[in-house]
Amino acid sequence: MGKIEWAMWANEQSLAAGLIYATGGIVGVAGQFRGWQFAAFGIAAGVFVCLLEYPRSKRGKGTSVERTGQYCFTVCVNAFGPLTRNYYVRAFLHAALCVPGGFMLATVLGCVCLGIASLIYLSAAIHGEHWEPILPRTEPPKRVGDSIKEPPQNPPPRPPPELRRKKADKLETAAYDNPMSVTVNE
Amino acid sequence: MFYLLIILKDRDTPYALYYIYSISLQIFSDAFCCVFQLVWLGINAFLFVHFYMAFLVDRYYYTRVILGHALSWARAPAACLNFNCMLILLPVCRNLLSFLRGSIQCCSRTAARQLDRNLTFHKLVAYMIALHTAIHIIAHLFNFERFMDSQLMINNSHLPYVLSQIGKNDNRSYLNPIRTNETVRFLLISVTHNLSGLTGVVITLALILIITSSMEVIRRSYFEVFWFTHHLFIVFFIGLVAHGIGRIVRGQTVESIIVHDPKKCHSKFETWGQSGTDCPKPDFAGNPPMTWKWVVGPMFLYVCERLVRFYRSQQKVVITKVVMHPSKTLELQMKKKGFKMEVGQYVFMQCPSISQLEWHPFTLTSAPEEDHLSVHIRIVGDWTQALYTACGGDKTVVLDAWTLPKLAVDGPFGTASEDVFRYEVVMLVGAGIGVTPFASVLKSVWYKHVQENKNVFTKKIYFYWLCPETQAFEWFADLLQSLERQMTEKDMRDFLSYNIYLTRWKDAEAAHFRVQYEAENDPITGLKQKTRYGKPNWDNEFSAIATQHPGSKVGVFLCGPTALAKALGKQCISHTESGTEFIFNKENF
Repeated sequence: MGKIEWAMWANEQSLAAGLIYATGGIVGVAGQFRGWQFAAFGIAAGVFVCLLEYPRSKRGKGTSVERTGQYCFTVCVNAFGPLTRNYYVRAFLHAALCVPGGFMLATVLGCVCLGIASLIYLSAAIHGEHWEPILPRTEPPKRVGDSIKEPPQNPPPRPPPELRRKKADKLETAAYDNPMSVTVNE
Repeated sequence: MFYLLIILKDRDTPYALYYIYSISLQIFSDAFCCVFQLVWLGINAFLFVHFYMAFLVDRYYYTRVILGHALSWARAPAACLNFNCMLILLPVCRNLLSFLRGSIQCCSRTAARQLDRNLTFHKLVAYMIALHTAIHIIAHLFNFERFMDSQLMINNSHLPYVLSQIGKNDNRSYLNPIRTNETVRFLLISVTHNLSGLTGVVITLALILIITSSMEVIRRSYFEVFWFTHHLFIVFFIGLVAHGIGRIVRGQTVESIIVHDPKKCHSKFETWGQSGTDCPKPDFAGNPPMTWKWVVGPMFLYVCERLVRFYRSQQKVVITKVVMHPSKTLELQMKKKGFKMEVGQYVFMQCPSISQLEWHPFTLTSAPEEDHLSVHIRIVGDWTQALYTACGGDKTVVLDAWTLPKLAVDGPFGTASEDVFRYEVVMLVGAGIGVTPFASVLKSVWYKHVQENKNVFTKKIYFYWLCPETQAFEWFADLLQSLERQMTEKDMRDFLSYNIYLTRWKDAEAAHFRVQYEAENDPITGLKQKTRYGKPNWDNEFSAIATQHPGSKVGVFLCGPTALAKALGKQCISHTESGTEFIFNKENF
């Protein structure tokens, strides 16, 4: 299947699963279904999963495409360090969160989707992937071109100012070429 | 209207009529697309409302006593789902569409062109399916809960409970599909033992997996995951057809309605069936499954499509020449029996030795007049890299023909750009890789000129190529060089005027260009025509062409980004004066 980074698909799947989990939970609570407590948990778990999964990870190879406005989420998720970086932790977290959803019909779909996302994350973890934050790169200070090794310390030797300005009628005896034409104005 | 006045003043009326047609095509083409989508939305809305109302009749009176309007909310999106699942398979039958386009093209090129937007429509229908699935599931969650409630509220003076007890003995004429009141096993029973519930969960899961793996990020980077997961649609369609077999949407039978009028008898539920009343017990039956009637046609067409692709893939394709261009571009020249193409079309190619299931699209760079078909493939991913290796890209020895890999070619697809040949003066603008279809066009026009028996209408071509880097020049520059040579031989140097614009360069390169300024041939392309730097000044270009060709119609063709399309469109309008007209063709290459 090529060099796929499983985590990217797992990320999409778990974001969708979080949304479905939360929606099922809202329906369960709003309709006051039997077992609405599971639905309430579903809302909380769904929202939490969405927040956790919203910031995309930096890809190992290739350009990473950020989601709109993900920077603050990236900072929050990054703050948890290895807990969020490691995909084994995420896989088990998703597996644990999805279990209560299986007890109520409204959240069962969210449960199964989150379970599948957990499996894909497990696959990602086994392949050695981990989460990297996409942070804006600080631009390196503008370097002068390579051919300029050391700028000169002293100005070039020049005749004194009154001799420097070439008179228009003495072009042939001038010490150097004028880059632009000079008119007599004195 | 403005154009109309100019054209009517013209003396050559047949061409005038054509140009009225081609301008109104622009407007009509966009309008057609809008109208088509509006019609589709309209049908969806109609089906939704119609089936919503269809469940508000007396037959479902008792069902509504238990479920309320959630019944209608579940059935209406179900009807829309039937319609959209029927439509979703059609845009991806590309051989069928190609066949349709061929037969429509003689009457209407606009309609033919619409068929190129098939993938956009496919995605639109997919989003609609997702939306209706969501509504359907939420409504069924309420239905399920209400069915459970009415079984559990054990109270003989409660109509829903009484209704739920009907059919307990014979198991045929029941209303409530939840037959028992054992709370604990409700979930398992409804979901796994009931075919409708089970198939519902399975197909929704398949749909979700298909959608998440079709997200642009995944699709562009890991095409294989997208392609393989997308085949879950087979599971989806099988489950969809099986979904209605359980017949759990139940209403009163026709015979029962005659003897038991719900409006009169609903309040007398405590005495139903007892002697002396005129309200016998009502009988219920489920509706027969309807989905298969909607989807069986498209499913059959899709199976035919796959068979056609398979048949075509078995046709022998012989690689006659392999050219490695320095810019990581591989040119393959092939021969396939009975292959006919037109300018600007593309094919799908498969290499069984690399991957049995991957088909990749490539624009054809050969002209219809040539005896072979050629594609230029940029080496960017796994498959192209493997193809490069298989064709001996990394070897320096000449390979025997029998060692080259076997290939399969499906196509050609796409609307032909024949309009190019209908203009006396043509402006072709290609941005970056968008220049590929023009290779085919240029070669074809040249061949037409060479074959003296063809009276070619096109007299002058202005070609603009905007490119961000010099690397991509190489293979196309070769083509332009050979055209330049041939034109000089035939003394037709003025036929093609091309301008290559380099839009990005590095400082080091810039120094080299300055030094080479006086050289006869361009330092980058080796052509006599010098490369220019930066973006073209379209105002000047259009004005120059207008003064050069007063009184003629200039066709402008673009293969590039939308921003450029807008700019060129504006230029066409502003430079069209009495005399020269610029007609912008928004071709969908």
